Amino acid sequence: MNRDYSLSSEIVQSLQDFSEKNRPESYLIPALQMVQESYGFLSREHLDEVALLLRVPYAKVTGVASFYHFFNFKPSGENEIVICTGTACHVRGAGAVLDRFLEELQVKLEQPTEDGRFSVTDARCVGACAQAPVVIIGEKVYSKVTPDDVPEILSEYGFEADS
Amino acid sequence: MIKQDRISLTIDGFKVDVAPGTTVMQAADRVGVHIPRLCYHPKLSILGACRICIVELKKEGRMVASCSYPVEEGMVVVTSSPKLRRYRRDIVELILDNHPKDCQTCVRDGNCELQNAAYSLGVRERLFEGERKSFARDESSPSIQRDPEKCILCGRCVRVCDEVQGVTNLWQQFRGFESVAAPAHNNEIKHSVCIHCGQCVNVCPTASIVEKNTTDELFEALADPEMTVVVQTAPSIRAALGEGFGYSPGTPVTGKMVTALNLMGFDAVFDTNLGADLTIIEESEEFLNRLESGDDLPLITSCSPGWISFMETFYPHLIPYASTCKSPMSMLSSLIKTYYAETREIDPEKIYSVAVMPCTAKKFEAARDEHKTDWGAPYTDNVITTRELIWMCKCMGINFRRLPDSQFDSPLGVSTGGGDIFGTTGGVTEAALRTAYEKITGETLDELDFMAVRGVEGLREATIELAGREINIGVANGLQNAKELFDRLSAGEKQYHLLEIMACPGGCVGGGGQPYPPEDTFSLDPELVKSRAKALYSIDSNKKLRKSHENPAIQELYTYYLGEPNGERSHQLLHTCYKPNKRRGIR
Ligand code: FES
Ligand code: FES
Repeated sequence: MNRDYSLSSEIVQSLQDFSEKNRPESYLIPALQMVQESYGFLSREHLDEVALLLRVPYAKVTGVASFYHFFNFKPSGENEIVICTGTACHVRGAGAVLDRFLEELQVKLEQPTEDGRFSVTDARCVGACAQAPVVIIGEKVYSKVTPDDVPEILSEYGFEADS
Repeated sequence: MIKQDRISLTIDGFKVDVAPGTTVMQAADRVGVHIPRLCYHPKLSILGACRICIVELKKEGRMVASCSYPVEEGMVVVTSSPKLRRYRRDIVELILDNHPKDCQTCVRDGNCELQNAAYSLGVRERLFEGERKSFARDESSPSIQRDPEKCILCGRCVRVCDEVQGVTNLWQQFRGFESVAAPAHNNEIKHSVCIHCGQCVNVCPTASIVEKNTTDELFEALADPEMTVVVQTAPSIRAALGEGFGYSPGTPVTGKMVTALNLMGFDAVFDTNLGADLTIIEESEEFLNRLESGDDLPLITSCSPGWISFMETFYPHLIPYASTCKSPMSMLSSLIKTYYAETREIDPEKIYSVAVMPCTAKKFEAARDEHKTDWGAPYTDNVITTRELIWMCKCMGINFRRLPDSQFDSPLGVSTGGGDIFGTTGGVTEAALRTAYEKITGETLDELDFMAVRGVEGLREATIELAGREINIGVANGLQNAKELFDRLSAGEKQYHLLEIMACPGGCVGGGGQPYPPEDTFSLDPELVKSRAKALYSIDSNKKLRKSHENPAIQELYTYYLGEPNGERSHQLLHTCYKPNKRRGIR
């Protein structure tokens, strides 16, 4: 898969425009959002580039980025498994489902598997409370998921547990 | 709205009048009540993070953080009550529960602000046992060592690095339980834009940021019969060392310091002042040359290694303007392993050269490749800070206050007043002017005190007449001030001829390796810095020789060893070069 993460010329241009503004720092979050939107995540190189172009100290950029929940620092896997942990799903055991996914895939939240094929992320209410707990992979919505359903769901995507 | 000049309020039953905008904490300080504090620092912006400074507002019946709460007319404040003590104790207990339990073996045992707070608030037991934060120590830098597990997130290091030094290498990274004050990406210091100035060490309330301690190595060297162990002490050590032994700030302790070093087993005790005198000879020559040719002006001083790193990282375009002179420490170290070794017939590889510096950045400077001998060893083998020297004396049972006075050893212990004042902001400029004046005019300078360049303000300018020419001088200490000076420089409104830049506020007397502030003072306290500077000026004014070029040891050095100032040999031994940092800064 070709993944070129260098910043596009449009983004570079907008960052430069921000840096001319009165307080470039106040454009930091919009700048980070912009980069994340087009690459899906923020790499170290992205963050350093943003710092240089925006003329905001490196430490501030990574400090701000790592403070907010909605920034990710790793590319998501080809199959991103989104587990709703909104109130309804939470009460009906989304936590255990989430844990089972992490355990099966041997990963941490938002960290892709080594082969880059899967990553697990949580989301707030996805608007399907009647089906809770809900898991979404790509276009597909799985409802009333229990931890024991997890291996089967994964096998649909060709995942085999080692052991 | 009527603007009120004064606001009167009651603190613990005492009436007090203060200016509007004063905080409750400041007003209480005025009455003589020290409200406990951890995140607050008088020279930094207010964060209000730790909440240990809470007080009760009687009328409103609520508690507020006194460090960030402005006074109001008629306010009734209570700073101490069973309830307040309980709450403050709870806060400190919670901090401690997320803190290593190693007070007895911690480098700051006895002078830790967290420990003091726990003691004075009566925290006598630890109630909770739970998960504690876990971070690796960062020992990557030769100057600064971080132990994030001891960080209480007061944010002082973050603020001093940003607001005072303009480096902004530290910021709070991550969130919640994982929060930590660290460089970008939580990188090691080695891979950051740190300039090693150590101001974060000075303001850290705990041992989360300390200098890299190299005293063990020094003890080993002192015990090695094969080695000739020599030491040099920077100008500002004598003005601050006494504080570690109960002397009030500004008490010069030169003689006792030399005796202490003799007792510790050093084979010779030399004076960095001689290096400073030498710097003046070389640098004033360089200055006069540039003045004559008109090239590469302004000349920017180069003795502060924190400033040098700052330049290499943030202002690489200024490199051609920086003086090529090594710092006084490095000049003297070069002579120790060459001139001294040759004249005393000692194998230079068997010399262990130590420097006591007010500075953490000197540890970095000593390790730079530019300051290595032909055989690959550093010219300066070990740099310890004033704090480390105080500790070593205590460790060796040296009863400092009882010591008699001794003199520095010859030939590298003779110096003039010009060398002494190097330790304070404006001093290098003044010493250089004393010498430059006589060189350029051929006349004797009678009025030696260049009052125009003295002071502790962070940024000063002066215009001085030198042989009918107006010389524009800028003096900055604290790198945020230096930045401002560079802004003026690039605005190009006037031609500057000489810029003196010291990384630390107040110059070396306020260095990142100086003693933790004694009671009633604080780090960055202008009064503290002023009293240390005063000690240096008084040493200078009491000396018979006050102009660097009158130093007989230096004259001898040039006659028998170095040849001409800026000549071939001095270039090889006393000058250096700089290179832009690959990881460039932002500005
Ligand atoms: S809480 Fe999961 S869909 Fe609403
Ligand atoms: S000292 Fe007031 S909140 Fe920390």
